[in-house]
Amino acid sequence: MTKKELIVSAIENGTVIDHIASNEVFHVMRLLNLVNCEETVYMGSNLESKKLGKKGIIKVANRYFHPEEINKIALVSPDATIIEIKDFEVVKKNKVELPEKVHGIVKCMNPNCITNHEAVETDFTVVGTPEMKLKCHYCEKFTTKERIEFI
Amino acid sequence: MKNKNLISITDFSKEEQLHVLDVAEDFERNPHQRILADKVVATLFFEPSTRTRLSFESAANHLGARIIGFSDASNSSLTKGETLKDTIIMVSNYADLIVMRHPREGSARYASEVASVPVINAGDGANQHPTQCMLDLYSIRKTQGRLDNLDIAFVGDLKYGRTVHSLTQALCNFNCTFHLVSPVELKLPSYVKQTIKDKKLEYHQYTELSEVIPFADIIYMTRVQRERFADLMEYERVKNSYVLNREMLKGCKPSMKILHPLPRVNEIATDVDDTPHAYYFQQARNGVFVRQALMATILGAKE
Repeated sequence: MTKKELIVSAIENGTVIDHIASNEVFHVMRLLNLVNCEETVYMGSNLESKKLGKKGIIKVANRYFHPEEINKIALVSPDATIIEIKDFEVVKKNKVELPEKVHGIVKCMNPNCITNHEAVETDFTVVGTPEMKLKCHYCEKFTTKERIEFI
Repeated sequence: MKNKNLISITDFSKEEQLHVLDVAEDFERNPHQRILADKVVATLFFEPSTRTRLSFESAANHLGARIIGFSDASNSSLTKGETLKDTIIMVSNYADLIVMRHPREGSARYASEVASVPVINAGDGANQHPTQCMLDLYSIRKTQGRLDNLDIAFVGDLKYGRTVHSLTQALCNFNCTFHLVSPVELKLPSYVKQTIKDKKLEYHQYTELSEVIPFADIIYMTRVQRERFADLMEYERVKNSYVLNREMLKGCKPSMKILHPLPRVNEIATDVDDTPHAYYFQQARNGVFVRQALMATILGAKE
């Protein structure tokens, strides 16, 4: 391939979320509530990646995210990179980090947990490396990565 | 410890746990102290547990407190569809302390967040039953004179037995060695074993009860329930392996005591009851003193 072109258009200002696990792009869109975003959002899935084989990418114009907000995506895509763009230049580039707490976005996998029966916001502590698990603040049971289900 | 909730055994530090045991000793010497005569204790049993409820109510009565509550959810507005949150907020208006048992895991933690008075968890599903754990600690300390450096054998269903999980976590503060006797299907879950490993303590796993009898300081028996087995043949094969009888106690330590959270079915033969090693009925009696100590300290009537 001699012709170098961007498969997903560049943005002048905003945030690029790169190296998203290919099958998790839509989850990331939902987690960051980009479905309801009024700015321009570009999204690519199953793109070629030297690092991951295949990857997903999301570019959001004119939006910058608080680390607390963006780190949620580490739950589904721990290799993702967050790149902040100003005037077409990269001004900041970070890997996502697992948050310490996960509040209100994940369902507890324990069917007998009170959070699955009353209107209680779920609350988890993120534990364990390298095998990430979520410990429920209420029933104290663990939700493993494979069983994470978003509310 | 005034106004503290007790939801999970880990809510209390080692020092707080030991303090409660000291206060409980005082109540054992002098059980009738009407120091909660101006208090109302609510016992909310969303599922029946006669033994636990009677123990709490006996403890509250010894302290002179008045008791309100229900012993079964069918007598409460839950049957009309009221949420747990509303029930707890409402009862907070009527009582100084809430003791609750509920079939859902995490219900007690949630209740403590919506209640304006302290909450003691008397069992939330398969999760926690911290007052049972405290009375187990009390019984061990009373019979062995200490909690440190003991050989503790847990026998039976170590997978689902919440009392075993909480007591293991609590004893990890006291440098004990754990001897885990269970069928392969009902081994202690790995997250509980991890607590032991984190404290750099030892545990050993067995399938034969006879192996641990010669050196155990405490044998903590639990019931192996048929419904826990996917394969009923397997249940039939192992069911009698975890039954303790008098004959088996030959060669045990003279100071060894047998504990059981009760009710027992057949896992301790009745011929064990009149040996000096049987301690399960006294253990239940100790529950009253421990619950007195918890209610008195949480309501600020004891330091």
